[in-house]
Amino acid sequence: MSDALTPTPPVEPPPPTEQDGVADELAEASAFDEALNLGAAEPEVTPEAEEDNRWREAAREILSGRLAVAFGAVILAFLVGSLLIVFTNSNVQAAMGGDGNFFSAAGSAIIDAYDALIRGSIWNWQGRNFNAQILPLTRTLRHATPLIAAGLGVAVTFKAGLFNIGGRGQMIFGAIGSGWLAFGLRDAGIPFPLHLLICIIGGMLAGALWGALAGFLKAKTGAHEVIVTIMLNFVAYHLLQYLLATPGLMQDPARFDPITPPIPGSARLPALYSDLNWGFVISLLLVAACWWLLNRSTAGFAFRAVGENPRAAKVAGINVARTTVIVFAVSGALIGFAGAHQVLDPASPGGFGDTIDGGIGFDAITVALLGGSSPVGVLFAGILFGAFRAGGVPMQAQVGVPAEIATIIQILIVMFIAAPPLVRAIFRLPQPSQAAKAKKDARKTQKTITKAARLTAKNNEEVVSE
Amino acid sequence: MSAVTAEPAVFGTEIVEHRIIEQRSFKLPIILTVVSVLLVVMLLLAPRAGYAVFRLAAETDYVSIPDVRVRGLLVAWICVGAAALLLPLAWHRAVTYRKLWPWAIALFALLALTAFLAWAGAGANGFWNVTALIVNAIAVAVPLVFGALGGVIGERSGVVNIAIEAQLLMAAFTGTVTASITNNPWAGLVAALAAGALVAALLGLLAITYKVDQIIVGVVLNVLVIGMTTFLWRAWLQPNSDVLNRVDGIQFDSVGIPGLNRIPIIGPALFNQNIIVYIMFIAVVAVWFGLYRTRWGLRTRAVGEHPKAADTVGIKVNRTRWVAVLLAGAVVGIGGASYTLMAGRVTGFDQEMTSGYGFIALAAVIFGKWNPVRAAFAGLLFGFAINLRIALPALNPGGPAIPPQFLLMVPYVVTLLAVAGLIGRSRAPAAVGSAYSVE
Amino acid sequence: MRLELRGITKRFGTFVANDAIDLVVESGQIHCILGENGAGKSTLMNCLYGLYRAEEGEILLDGVPQRFAGPGDAMAAGIGMVHQHFMLVPVFTVAENVMLGNENTLGGGLLDMAAARTRVTEIGDQLGFHVDPDTRIEDLPVGVQQRVEIIKVLSRDAQVLVFDEPTSVLTPQETDELMAILKQLRNEGKAIIFISHKLREVRELADKITVIRRGKVVGEALPTSTNAELASMMVGRDVILTVTKDAPKITSNRLEVTDLVVTADDGAVLVDKVSFTVKGGEVLCVAGVDGNGQSELANALLGLEGQVTGSIVLNGAELTGKNPRKMLDAGIGFIPADRNEDGLVGSFTIAENLMLNRSNGLPFAKGGVLQLGFRDQFAAEKIVEYDVRTEGINQEVSRLSGGNAQKVIVAREMSKDLSLLVAAQPTRGVDVGSIEFIHKRIIEERDAGIPVIVVSTELDEVVGLADRIMVMYRGAAVGIVPADTPRDILGLMMAGIAPENQEGAPA
Repeated sequence: MSDALTPTPPVEPPPPTEQDGVADELAEASAFDEALNLGAAEPEVTPEAEEDNRWREAAREILSGRLAVAFGAVILAFLVGSLLIVFTNSNVQAAMGGDGNFFSAAGSAIIDAYDALIRGSIWNWQGRNFNAQILPLTRTLRHATPLIAAGLGVAVTFKAGLFNIGGRGQMIFGAIGSGWLAFGLRDAGIPFPLHLLICIIGGMLAGALWGALAGFLKAKTGAHEVIVTIMLNFVAYHLLQYLLATPGLMQDPARFDPITPPIPGSARLPALYSDLNWGFVISLLLVAACWWLLNRSTAGFAFRAVGENPRAAKVAGINVARTTVIVFAVSGALIGFAGAHQVLDPASPGGFGDTIDGGIGFDAITVALLGGSSPVGVLFAGILFGAFRAGGVPMQAQVGVPAEIATIIQILIVMFIAAPPLVRAIFRLPQPSQAAKAKKDARKTQKTITKAARLTAKNNEEVVSE
Repeated sequence: MSAVTAEPAVFGTEIVEHRIIEQRSFKLPIILTVVSVLLVVMLLLAPRAGYAVFRLAAETDYVSIPDVRVRGLLVAWICVGAAALLLPLAWHRAVTYRKLWPWAIALFALLALTAFLAWAGAGANGFWNVTALIVNAIAVAVPLVFGALGGVIGERSGVVNIAIEAQLLMAAFTGTVTASITNNPWAGLVAALAAGALVAALLGLLAITYKVDQIIVGVVLNVLVIGMTTFLWRAWLQPNSDVLNRVDGIQFDSVGIPGLNRIPIIGPALFNQNIIVYIMFIAVVAVWFGLYRTRWGLRTRAVGEHPKAADTVGIKVNRTRWVAVLLAGAVVGIGGASYTLMAGRVTGFDQEMTSGYGFIALAAVIFGKWNPVRAAFAGLLFGFAINLRIALPALNPGGPAIPPQFLLMVPYVVTLLAVAGLIGRSRAPAAVGSAYSVE
Repeated sequence: MRLELRGITKRFGTFVANDAIDLVVESGQIHCILGENGAGKSTLMNCLYGLYRAEEGEILLDGVPQRFAGPGDAMAAGIGMVHQHFMLVPVFTVAENVMLGNENTLGGGLLDMAAARTRVTEIGDQLGFHVDPDTRIEDLPVGVQQRVEIIKVLSRDAQVLVFDEPTSVLTPQETDELMAILKQLRNEGKAIIFISHKLREVRELADKITVIRRGKVVGEALPTSTNAELASMMVGRDVILTVTKDAPKITSNRLEVTDLVVTADDGAVLVDKVSFTVKGGEVLCVAGVDGNGQSELANALLGLEGQVTGSIVLNGAELTGKNPRKMLDAGIGFIPADRNEDGLVGSFTIAENLMLNRSNGLPFAKGGVLQLGFRDQFAAEKIVEYDVRTEGINQEVSRLSGGNAQKVIVAREMSKDLSLLVAAQPTRGVDVGSIEFIHKRIIEERDAGIPVIVVSTELDEVVGLADRIMVMYRGAAVGIVPADTPRDILGLMMAGIAPENQEGAPA
């Protein structure tokens, strides 16, 4: 077959996701998945005549592919970010007023800002020693931990064709659950690892409960989960405010402001290295667990079947209502862990207030989108967003660029990736060609034929031997 | 999502003439009973001694009505008792397959509310200024009503807009800055309107033209606009707040309509209002009229219900949706302007100053069953609840009758009950949320 | 008005749906276009109507080339279309639907509802029927909805009228009435295109017949052609229209359904006190016009309906009120009427779809873990055994043709130990080769001694497969009759008239 001649693209992307097709495209766009699944290139002898055409086609395939779109999206996002930095910089404004060179002022504004961003998130080369130099990276991973867990939670609902905007509420419940157990059992004399474990499990259960409530309303009444989860976010937030403002519930008796008592050491996550704690390791375990759940377990099969076609799932004997509740409970538990992590994180001492969710509930949605709702994709997307969070604050402190620039850049990346035609239009990238797609499909199916034939042959042998 | 395949699936077509078994709905009597029981429990568990005072008139009114001073708990019990008298009626109607009359529901609500106010006001230092309760509820509700109207227009055309929050915030920002620079509230209003439409244009570009999932676009836009306005506020407005972020003295004032504005209660509520509130009253009527009485409205609704059918009669689906989305954005933009451009409000933009009102507006759209007039009333109801949490602590400095956080939950809980089908059955436009393409 | 299509070619990706199609339709003629499911009839009409843009070819009206950017242009040029799935907004009234896109206004965009109502009444009167302009579409029976579609088309002065499979939702009587309307319109000088795969109707109605196969015009035929001639043109080879089977060998298995009632949420009784028995080794066909409760009956047998009373007893075991999982575990095989919506998960592979309703335990899962090796081996066997034409077990089913996708469902349902087979519309939208295959497999299950229920709206299929026929109308069973009952009696039964009452019934 002549079409086997082009360089082999990735083998199968992970199973397509959810209803809207966007995350579906993202799943394929995710560079991380491709890295994971990339098949070894098959060396093939090629006739000279086809060489030229082949390379042109390969170039076209690369340019029209998802990776190019992702790359374009990142460039565009940083471009817009740069513009914002330039036009709000006081030196640049002075230069525009005739007071100096515009371009050098603009250039140094941009370089200063991104330099600070990188020093705050990856590697601080101005650091005195290795520990100081590596500190930003540990901060990035620390910020990434709840983003990964919550991103997984949202991704699980995406896979089941559901949309969980309730991350904020579920995080708040996770925080309430773990926080209450942390300072409530302070005097019970429960030793360190056990108390911590109780707090983590309590947080996850509380998140699962709040998530399951959304799932229950969706399953039993047909209410749209987007509306339900948005409303539950606010209910949870006002409930937390009430708990924090009421002495005898969650307010620190020693304080007048709405804040909890400090979290005792026996319930703190132990430090791993520098700012990083063992919560990151737990989030890695959650990534693996989610991958297994979605791809290898019967529950995950049911999740995906319901996500792709709930009517067919119902006819196939899958209890769609129950699955919906379970999916939301699993999602809530994962997001609940994010809430527990924020409470139990050793790097944030004292108690917590009503901003404990820190916008992670919403960022989780964008993390899941960027990660193509595949667990591994979520891992890397979470680390990327963690870097933005870690680097934003020092950037604001050092060069005066508000930390929100990080929010803007990351949301622009998601926005551009969600609309591949937009990026293609801006960069004039070619459309994915039908012919290339057809060839790709043919290659894919050729493999399955071989595999099926092998299986059949094997089976026939078995039948014969019987 | 693609509408047509080479070999269309065959849908089961319903024949409507099947025998019908009448269904009884007990939702309403159940809800009324639950509310009554809750009130009784409240009065039993937390009785409040003393008198409650209701002030019905302002000094400027034509007639002076003396303050009503009553034994709070007694009046509360009387009202609950009277409301409870409606329960057998409600159950009887349901058992006999009939609907309860709207006046009975309204009367029940009024009695329950009076009971609550009388109980909460019992023994208070202050008094319930009924006029102020209504006037302030309307004031709080301004962004909610405009947001809900915009939401209704968009969703009627088939585009879900959960970015109302983003539109309000962007409009508040732009309106404030423009009014500060130009020293003219009208310029600020126009700029706010344009800013709302600008966010709507992004929504349209992504959701209509590029067919990105509408919910995702909404989430993205909310985060983007919060980030953008906060960034600009920090980097640009704060260092230059005297020039860019000060609207005191250039806000819209209240304008009384001579002759009508001194009618007790109604006068201050309807005829002595800010210009933006008058615009709101007109907008509610105009949106209703436009949607139900004009060619534009018929086509817009058709596109939201059954885009394919609209396409087959020559209506350009995506163009119609674009128009609706832009118009909706402009309407929401006026609501955004109200944050700073109404006299008596704050005089400058603050980060995330819309604080989730866009989502309450979304709730009003749903609670209002996608009807502009109902949605506006839902917005007013939510405004009343939010305003109560300010009015309650003011009444009892020693500690409010109930935690104010629970009053803030009211819009959300009511909406949850509504979408769960407990308060009537709301039906969204059939094609809402899905992009349209022919092939 | 004379319509001419020249060399219309329409592709979807690499698939050629219409391949250089030529067609001439004269005014005052009913021109039937006959073809199998998926032959490209609807695609052609969508090109004509401006919904699709054809890659090649041109459309001429009275010799003048036309360019349609959308349906609006086609309508303005005088082309009207009654779609297979009605293009009516359910929550709008009749008048609003008729005026939509062509509104009567009082100036300033203000709707003139009075004028719209008058227009509906006028056109209805011309055609000899009355439709209340203020009723909402969703409250109207399907037959009346179709008349609203016709009024809508005529209110725009269409000269070329396209009817896309218009009879699939009608009772035989309603079909007759529609045909009378079509003939009246023809006599008024309209050009009419009638698209169908039903030979009988085409022969009765047509002035001229064009046959399309796999996107190409394969020839013209006369209305005097026999069914067999038309069928072989349509399919491209001789077709055996009958199903061969032996006399039933009754076994001890049996399904007994007593007083089954299915109620919708709004109180509509969808299945109305239906009782029947199916014995092992026989096929009971449930006939009727679409939407008379057959689908709900089938769904109820799998536990898919919410409000069900009465009793379902299979081999002595009470199954009423059980959920689909329990029903499947009781050995019920179920082929749903709408395979894409109810039968398959389009983005799943063939292998995954073949285990779709068996993911709960052995042999496809062990302790909550999927057994991927077994799954693939099973799939590889089944695609051979059931002749699924595919590139491999990991192909997405959404990319299979209708016939092959249906064979995946048949393979899944028939490769387990059955105690009952329920097949709803088993051959809808399926090519003739697959129809023959699926019919053969159904008869094999019957001969294996299993009770079989086939729900079908195609009378040919019903007569071919059935040992006994139950006809449903408005949710109730009109009667259960032997397979050799004459078609005209079955037709009247489908309109709700029981055989014993048929003498006095109007013809």
